[in-house]
Amino acid sequence: MQSKQQFLNQKDLLGMRQLTPDEIWLILERAESMKSIVMGQREKSELLKGKTAVTLFYENSTRTRMAFTMAGTYLGAQVKDLGVASSSVQKGESLVDTGITLDRMGIDYMIMRHNQSGAAHLLAQNVAASVINAGDGANEHPTQALLDFYTIYEKKGGFKNLKVTIIGDIAHSRVARSDVFGLTKLGAKVTLAGPGTLTAKSMESLGCKVETDLKKAVKDADIVMALRIQMERQKGGLFPNLREYSQIYGIDEALFSYAKPDALLMHPAPVNRGVELMPELMDSSVSVIDQQVTNGVAVRMAILALLNERRVN
Amino acid sequence: MKICIHNGLIINPKTKMEEVNDLWIEDGKVSFIGKQDEIADEVIDASGKWVVPGLIDLHVHFRAPGFEHKEDIESGARAAAKGGFTTVCCMPNTSPVIDNECVVEYIHSMARKANGVNVLPIGAVTKGQQGESLADIGKMKEHGICAVSEDGKTVMDSGLMKKAMSYMKPFNLVMMSHTEDRTLTGGAMNAGENAQLFGIKGIPREAEEIIVARDILLAKYTGCRLHLCHISTEGSLDIIRFAKAQGVEVTAETAPHYFTLDDSILGDYDTNKKMSPPLRTTKDVEAMKRALVDGTIDVIATDHAPHHYDEKNVEFEKAPFGIVGLETSFGVSFVQLYKTGLLSKMQLIEKMSTKPAEIINIDKGDLSVGKAADITIIDPEATYTVTKETFAGKSKNSPFIGMTLQGEVTHTLVAGKKVYEK
Repeated sequence: MQSKQQFLNQKDLLGMRQLTPDEIWLILERAESMKSIVMGQREKSELLKGKTAVTLFYENSTRTRMAFTMAGTYLGAQVKDLGVASSSVQKGESLVDTGITLDRMGIDYMIMRHNQSGAAHLLAQNVAASVINAGDGANEHPTQALLDFYTIYEKKGGFKNLKVTIIGDIAHSRVARSDVFGLTKLGAKVTLAGPGTLTAKSMESLGCKVETDLKKAVKDADIVMALRIQMERQKGGLFPNLREYSQIYGIDEALFSYAKPDALLMHPAPVNRGVELMPELMDSSVSVIDQQVTNGVAVRMAILALLNERRVN
Repeated sequence: MKICIHNGLIINPKTKMEEVNDLWIEDGKVSFIGKQDEIADEVIDASGKWVVPGLIDLHVHFRAPGFEHKEDIESGARAAAKGGFTTVCCMPNTSPVIDNECVVEYIHSMARKANGVNVLPIGAVTKGQQGESLADIGKMKEHGICAVSEDGKTVMDSGLMKKAMSYMKPFNLVMMSHTEDRTLTGGAMNAGENAQLFGIKGIPREAEEIIVARDILLAKYTGCRLHLCHISTEGSLDIIRFAKAQGVEVTAETAPHYFTLDDSILGDYDTNKKMSPPLRTTKDVEAMKRALVDGTIDVIATDHAPHHYDEKNVEFEKAPFGIVGLETSFGVSFVQLYKTGLLSKMQLIEKMSTKPAEIINIDKGDLSVGKAADITIIDPEATYTVTKETFAGKSKNSPFIGMTLQGEVTHTLVAGKKVYEK
């Protein structure tokens, strides 16, 4: 047992910036015991019987929303989706008013993805429910980071002095940010790399390295993580075109060979095949992308359970 | 009607006077300074207090016409009076924009119905602040604008800006420039380490500095007087210092938040700390204080920008820029600049009254005999904690809530008439 504490410190899970190393370990350890429920032997757990959760997604999602829905369901909670696109949000109802409305219905968890940084913090200040940040603007995506960590922990047994290299659209990536915040707390060394318009030397203030030479970035890495090129950014003219991007910054087997022999390939998905990641590498044995998905459910079960225990106690 | 302000410390930067004495007011003007055998109709005991020329704020947003749910001339004038301000200059980003004499007259008529604080309109540079063609600058001057400014919308077309400044010069109007290169903005806080940390898109300091440099060059080129609004970065200060050394007719203001707060406090995504330009770094805060001391910054203005709490109680990046400042400006400046020994009493009052009057060329900011009795009385010992109740205007969007300030305004008089008494 790495964690010295039994409970999370806050009613909400807003970001890796707010979590202590002990809290991160607490979640990872609980995820380990949850994973068996996800895989195969699914005795229905009644841990969260009678609890209600709502998913509140102002941006699209397959994995995150469904993983939360399944996580809640496997633990016996009722999980509903607000359906932002067909809700009063479209009539211009503010985030705070939407939150208060749901709160008054007695909902226990609000799981929100939003296109604005700090939106989860704003919601959390205004509701009694536990708010789980499922991605806020370019700020954080803490549950993605936690499932990344769990996957690394499972394969590597720990984080101390691991070299983790993250490549791609760093500047707009809440995943990269949450990973950097958390991994540095756990003792890993993070290197970021990508085009000059999608990375910035100033990110080193977060406690990581920023590298423009991809080979240097990947050299001796234990983990290579690719990030999705957000097609909508293409309009901003941040790189000339996808052809140039994939040929210069796409991760292929040749680049990956600079990493350690037992290095792992990760990606938060969805993947633009052939853009940031070459299909041959993605479909090879170095990839743990599919396992990240399964772990995503386990980690979210752990979070739901721990937030509930904090409330009860 | 004779009023005697008795036994206060009279501070008049215009004449370098600083002495305990009586100040007499008759017919709305300062009539005598000293002891005399006259009977006053009213005596205001100012023992232990400062008696200073009424504070002047070159930069406020009173939101009328158009956005009266945030503030109007009446509520804005109330906020001004409580903060010790006897004259305020209101920016033209209203709806309709102050770009012709009819809107100027509307502001005047609303100000006449308010408490008496002098509300001076600032005219826009271009029609509708659209950045395309010149507003009716000459007609607005005839109807009493005190300056010209495009406010939050920098005139990005340098040719048009040059034209405006050349056209304004014969009217002896000052160009008040909001310096922000709009092709470099789009963020919500200062670009830098803390924006990285909090995941908020940054506004680079260069957005300000590029236009500071450009407008200084245009001032030199056209000979038009230039006043730079709400300077927030160390780099801007270096450019202004250089320009002043070259003899360019340029003055600059900053606001209390830029010499008090820095961007490290934004981690809670509190929209009451969001304004344009944004809070910068501790290094900029320190540079701002030095610039106030060495005279690079001439004036303290507030950029009083009221917003309704509904507009601010939203996602950080979605929230409008701006904070209120009239009620806290003196207290914050007193604590940050006077109590720390950076500025003398005289210098502080000069930056908040005498110098602003000179920039817009009005006969105020002076307590000499014969001048309008626009007077602020301050209790330098009184401390108070800022709460929502501190604010007399309609909006309370302030980052100073919770702070303890010192130097409280006890009386504000405009032309001898009390517009505020604690």
